[in-house]
Amino acid sequence: MSERKIILSAKDIEVQFRVRDNYLNAIRGVSLDLYDGETFAIVGESGSGKSVFTKTFTGMLESNGKITNGSVMYDGKDLTKLVSDKDWEGIRGAKIATIFQDPMTSLNPIRTIGSQITEVIIKHQKVSADEAKKQAVDIMDRVGIIDAEKRFNEYPFQYSGGMRQRIVIAIALSCHPEILICDEPTTALDVTIQAQIIDLIKDLQKELKFTTIYITHDLGVVANVADRVGVMYGGQIIEIGTVEEIFYDPAHPYTWALLSSLPQLGVKGQELSYITGTPPSLYNIIKGDAFAPRNKYALKIDFEEEPPFFKITDTHYAKTWLLDPRAPKVEKPEAIRNLHEKIASMTSKGGAYYVEQK
Amino acid sequence: MSNKNKEVLLSVKGVDISFDVGKKKPFRAVKNANFDIYRGETFALVGESGSGKTTIGRAILRINELSKGEIIFKGKKISGKISKEDDREVIRSIQMIFQDPAASLNERANIEYCVSEGINNFHLYTDEADRIAKVDKALMDVGLLPEHKSRYPHEFSGGQRQRVGIARAMIMEPELIVADEPISALDVSIRAQVLNLMNKLKDEKGLTYLFIAHDLSVVRFISDRIAVIHLGRIVEIAETEELFKHPLHPYTISLLSAVPMPDPQIEKPKKHVVYDESKRDHSGPKPILQEIRPGHLVFGNDREMAEYEAKLQEMEKAEAEALKG
Ligand SMILES: Nc1ncnc2c1ncn2[C@@H]1O[C@H](COP(=O)(O)OP(=O)(O)OP(=O)(O)O)[C@@H](O)[C@H]1O
Ligand SMILES: [Mg+2]
Repeated sequence: MSERKIILSAKDIEVQFRVRDNYLNAIRGVSLDLYDGETFAIVGESGSGKSVFTKTFTGMLESNGKITNGSVMYDGKDLTKLVSDKDWEGIRGAKIATIFQDPMTSLNPIRTIGSQITEVIIKHQKVSADEAKKQAVDIMDRVGIIDAEKRFNEYPFQYSGGMRQRIVIAIALSCHPEILICDEPTTALDVTIQAQIIDLIKDLQKELKFTTIYITHDLGVVANVADRVGVMYGGQIIEIGTVEEIFYDPAHPYTWALLSSLPQLGVKGQELSYITGTPPSLYNIIKGDAFAPRNKYALKIDFEEEPPFFKITDTHYAKTWLLDPRAPKVEKPEAIRNLHEKIASMTSKGGAYYVEQK
Repeated sequence: MSNKNKEVLLSVKGVDISFDVGKKKPFRAVKNANFDIYRGETFALVGESGSGKTTIGRAILRINELSKGEIIFKGKKISGKISKEDDREVIRSIQMIFQDPAASLNERANIEYCVSEGINNFHLYTDEADRIAKVDKALMDVGLLPEHKSRYPHEFSGGQRQRVGIARAMIMEPELIVADEPISALDVSIRAQVLNLMNKLKDEKGLTYLFIAHDLSVVRFISDRIAVIHLGRIVEIAETEELFKHPLHPYTISLLSAVPMPDPQIEKPKKHVVYDESKRDHSGPKPILQEIRPGHLVFGNDREMAEYEAKLQEMEKAEAEALKG
């Protein structure tokens, strides 16, 4: 992995929001090297900073927010230095595109689907209206809209939720981005539609070779899409590794807790495990490990000093004092030990989630 | 346990629900729905959005009118025209928990008001002291504190707001709770808490739930029986373990394959099974929902039932052999 080309590199990013007379520290020092062609998943609970962090790659922070530290290097430029829409031209929505959770916020309800796609194509590729329409129908077809030619002149309300999300994907891809940020693209959709959209994004990625950042709070989805995973908590990445490392050898107690609370792992008649307490307030200066108050494995030092990243392998790092050589030996919770064996038996013949493949 | 010994609490019989009735093309949102809910069980209704789940839930609460069939609660018809007293009884004893805890609570009313609204309207208390005691009890039942009464919904987290929504239902001492996607809008980390709470209340109070969801993984943990609904039609009903072990209808199988499993080795190569009703072979007589094994019903005609039967026998044979070792 080390020889692979880094397409984007974020270093020590800090983001602050001004809320009335207070400052909220939404991102507290996050670094990430994104490799060309990979799918990097960001997972964590609501408010952990997943969206805000990736908004710094497209200059889309709300006006009360500011990058107070760090850099985002892309294509020889530091993106944190870009200010005006003109600075961002050719990057935002072109080289780096975003798909959001609710397709309705990205689509204009009173304009036809076709005109919304062609507009983007004309803007970024400076082609004729006829050529743009041809490309638009093509890409609608590609994202799975049946009878694309006929549905070109329809309005968003005539499309189902899953189809609208397909259109948003079509628009994002129409200018051939190098990086596609998918911010919870399927959270508002049913599981069956979610499965189709995930398959679609994966197929398109294989064909068009873009790099994907996939934001979700669903670890099942992460297992499906990701090559590497970053787990966020309280405005920081607290564990990062390959998808196998995060699922089969997680090291941070927060990652353990997230995995353990999945209903797929629940045993009938027993309580589902869950994370007690509430996420930290980001208005205050956080002392020690932000997860400590909710962490049943917390050590004394967790309340006093912020842990550094400990290296587990070349690709796997976790920010927890449990990895310090002086820390007591703690095993991950029973529910997620031998995870693969457990799930393999659930999904093989006779298991609860067995599905025969034709 | 045989279903015969159980008390039927609610019966949905031959129910059709259409919208835009009187227009040229009325939309049949629910088509000939038939199921019983037994006292003390959690009965799940699972299907994608637009499949008619919520419409059925709302019909039970007398919000949606039926265009055909009837709904029986504790032996009494509660659909269509009923007496004022019966209506009152239904409103009290069947309560609903909604998907979006924020939207279901009045943002300008404090928690005390949100929780006590039902007993205030129906005057279900002896005196003020009793009323306060009931509110406090309902809050404590869901893991909140009486001191939270003066707060407002926006001062709570999503999970806490859903607890308020549950307290608001519980205070009416209902017998049946219709929970419409009660955890879909919640963060993963709080989902488990709310599911645990619902299970706990069921055991403590002998509650019965109709649990509406689109995701089979959640339902497996909480429900005793599951009905799968597709395009307004119930296509399969079975006990939870049976449905997961022997899914027969292709739509049930596609729902099962859509559950993302937290294991990259399993999940990555997975092929999702897509069910397309329009591509289905509809030849032969009209299909109906019929029993294939005691308590396990599938929607099909004679030809399809023969296919399901063959498949089921094959699975049963394989299991019997696996047992022999
Ligand atoms: N414009 C803003 N003003 C003030 N605070 C903000 C603003 N935008 C985000 N925040 C705060 O920054 C933190 C991180 O938010 P972010 O939206 O990145 O979370 P997230 O991980 O994407 O959550 P979710 O899963 O709910 O989408 C939160 O505490 C949030 O309330
Ligand atoms: Mg977000």
